[in-house]
Amino acid sequence: MDIKDIIKPENLVYKNTELMTDNTLSYCPGCGHGTAHNVVMGVIEELGISEDTIGVAPVGCSVLAYEFMDVDMQQAAHGRAPAVATAIARTWPDKYVFTYQGDGDLAAIGTAETIHACNRGENIVIIFVNNGIYGMTGGQMAPTTLPNMPSSTSPYGRDTATTGFPLKITELVANLPGVYSASRHAVHTHKHVRKAKKAIEKAFKDTRLKKGLSIIEIVSNCNSGWKMTPCQSNQWMEENMFPFYELGDIKVNGKLVNK
Amino acid sequence: MTEELIIAGFGGQGVLSLGKILAYSGIMQNQEVSWMPSYGPEMRGGTANVTVILSDERISSPYLKLFDTAIILNQQSMDKFESSVKPGGVLIYDPNGISIHPKRKDIFIYQIDANNIASDMGNKKVYNMVIMGGYLKAKPVVQLDNVVEGLKKSLPERYYNLIPLNVEAIQKGMENLVTINQELILN
Amino acid sequence: MAELKLMKGNEALAEAAIRAGVDAYFGYPITPQTEIIEYLMMEQPEKRTGMVVLQAESEVAAINMVYGAAGTGKRVLTSSSSPGMSLKQEGISYMAGAELPAVIVNVVRGGPGLGTIQPSQADYFQSVKGGGHGDYKLYVLAPASVQEMADFVEDAFEIAFKYMAPVLILSDGLIGQMMEKVYLKEQKPRWTEDEIYKMHNNWATFGRKNGRERNIITSLDLKSEKMEARVHRLYKKYAQMEAEDLRFETIQCDDADYVIVAYGSSARIAQKTVDLARAKGIKVGLLRPITLFPFPKKQLMELTKQVKGILSVELNMGQMVEDVRLAVEHKVPVEHFGRTGGIIHTPEEILEALQQKLINN
Repeated sequence: MDIKDIIKPENLVYKNTELMTDNTLSYCPGCGHGTAHNVVMGVIEELGISEDTIGVAPVGCSVLAYEFMDVDMQQAAHGRAPAVATAIARTWPDKYVFTYQGDGDLAAIGTAETIHACNRGENIVIIFVNNGIYGMTGGQMAPTTLPNMPSSTSPYGRDTATTGFPLKITELVANLPGVYSASRHAVHTHKHVRKAKKAIEKAFKDTRLKKGLSIIEIVSNCNSGWKMTPCQSNQWMEENMFPFYELGDIKVNGKLVNK
Repeated sequence: MTEELIIAGFGGQGVLSLGKILAYSGIMQNQEVSWMPSYGPEMRGGTANVTVILSDERISSPYLKLFDTAIILNQQSMDKFESSVKPGGVLIYDPNGISIHPKRKDIFIYQIDANNIASDMGNKKVYNMVIMGGYLKAKPVVQLDNVVEGLKKSLPERYYNLIPLNVEAIQKGMENLVTINQELILN
Repeated sequence: MAELKLMKGNEALAEAAIRAGVDAYFGYPITPQTEIIEYLMMEQPEKRTGMVVLQAESEVAAINMVYGAAGTGKRVLTSSSSPGMSLKQEGISYMAGAELPAVIVNVVRGGPGLGTIQPSQADYFQSVKGGGHGDYKLYVLAPASVQEMADFVEDAFEIAFKYMAPVLILSDGLIGQMMEKVYLKEQKPRWTEDEIYKMHNNWATFGRKNGRERNIITSLDLKSEKMEARVHRLYKKYAQMEAEDLRFETIQCDDADYVIVAYGSSARIAQKTVDLARAKGIKVGLLRPITLFPFPKKQLMELTKQVKGILSVELNMGQMVEDVRLAVEHKVPVEHFGRTGGIIHTPEEILEALQQKLINN
């Protein structure tokens, strides 16, 4: 059997969106970032808004997001993407502006910018990828690292007595009136991808309606940082991350979801 | 003509706005002007001072050590600025609250009882315009017409009805300036 | 028709920004420059011109907002004072690296640390020697009057877009807080979106209109060869700034035996020293650098043929004096005089220092 017998339209399950460039992803094999990129770009492509969309890349693993996302992009200083996006949205009120940030960027060094952009209700979309670790610098403890979870700066496991508890920043900002919608998703299965995509699509549509800020958290794996195989890491994520970072809606159209 | 002036007193006495109106008056007669305040926490309830320069030429330093005229409205300012008047210069002060009166013999010294004059007029807010009157009597550096124009420039329009009262205060100030030392002993 | 007003330096700068057609201001309150944001908020420029004014949550956020809007081809302004400027340095370094045009104002106060709110020129090194991390420089304009506070806004934007680089207006508490006459220019329109699409299509990130390739704003080059090339490109611009956009003023230098070098508020004060000295028969002149980078190096060297000594007068412990010494290559004695900690030197003090350090020595 030739490879051409396999690559046929009827066998196509998922295709790269047109808005993903041909550059080779800089992410580790098995990492969820690639899928998350693809989902975000897929939404922008389907909504037909690529000519009016500006993305902001963070510092962290996705610092090079602009190499893969085929829309106008800015690379922001560590943690400052919400401030950068604020200014773009304020000076171009009819554009679509999103940030793509990791948990170290958004929930540690950029906490102030995150909270205040949310509190002002900036008309932007925040895509927040949470893998409970600093991936780029080689697996250090993040504010989102689970209790007892080992990392290179918590080699004996995160000790909550000295380092505090993991920060559920999406729940935290959901309480601010400026946040229109907040939800948590995953992208490691088809089912999860479909749900995440729906939420992201709604977020960009709400930008068009000037509803304010939407934050979409994607709980993802970091097989390198967690020192696991990709499959193990996804299983570990389901067993350990999801019970703490519960998937689903947190705030919908300005109303907190009671759980 | 160049007039280098310091006005010093408490915050709330209208020190800065007196300086501002003078500066505007200078502009009205096509002069160069500068207005350099002390600023910051010391203004809040403490002392405030402003250096005003009116000149027919380009003004160099807006910040000075010696002045042609000092208008002094409290004791702290007297302690600080009596020595800063150039020999042959002018010191005008409100005697209210002054326990140690100026002693210099090489400058012209005048008193203006502005606190009581303003009280008698029934409006304490014109205090600084009474001072202005006293100053203009001693040193007619700007014309009254230009002061009125200056007032207009520095007041919002809704306060224009208060201009006649301010002019009256200036006139009272002019009438009530008391000469303390007019015979100079210059070394 | 220009409009004549009596204004504080800070207010004049803010009004000039509206009139120059600036698109946005992002700032955070700090003495002695708070009048800039207060004036803008009071004036509601969004109603006058559509200019956006936003009080950020910190200087850090403000400078990154500047980065964001500047990256879309808009004309963006921010201002702060010394401690706030320290916080902005990361963002300024990013803008220098990403080659973004913007105007940053520092109304300097005394330091280090929280220091004092009184005027100072102790941020000279920070302003002209980089400030943030990495190989870069800022074009630095030093206004010495309220008029220049107003005029330099437009000048600074012109330079910023000519070179695609951040420009610093280095003022201080004295120039910011004092009032003088100022002639304000007529209102200029802001750039329309179509104008921005046309002018900045090859670099700005306003959305990849009409199917053009995407634009990327970044200061990151993981390949060292590319990063070196980027830095070389920056330094080519700095060389061009030195060749084409140096600004300075000389006052009574023609027959001077001694020259004072001073910028900003110190230049104003030293100008009176020149008068005091000449009244005493001492021939003193003043060289006022209007740009601190580029610095009038050749002009200083030229003066060494004529003068017996140079006094660098600054409201600090001696910063610009190092550049003066470098410029004159020890051909004549160069001394420094300056008060610090928020104390302003008087014209008389400067004259005394000149006599002690250069004439009677």
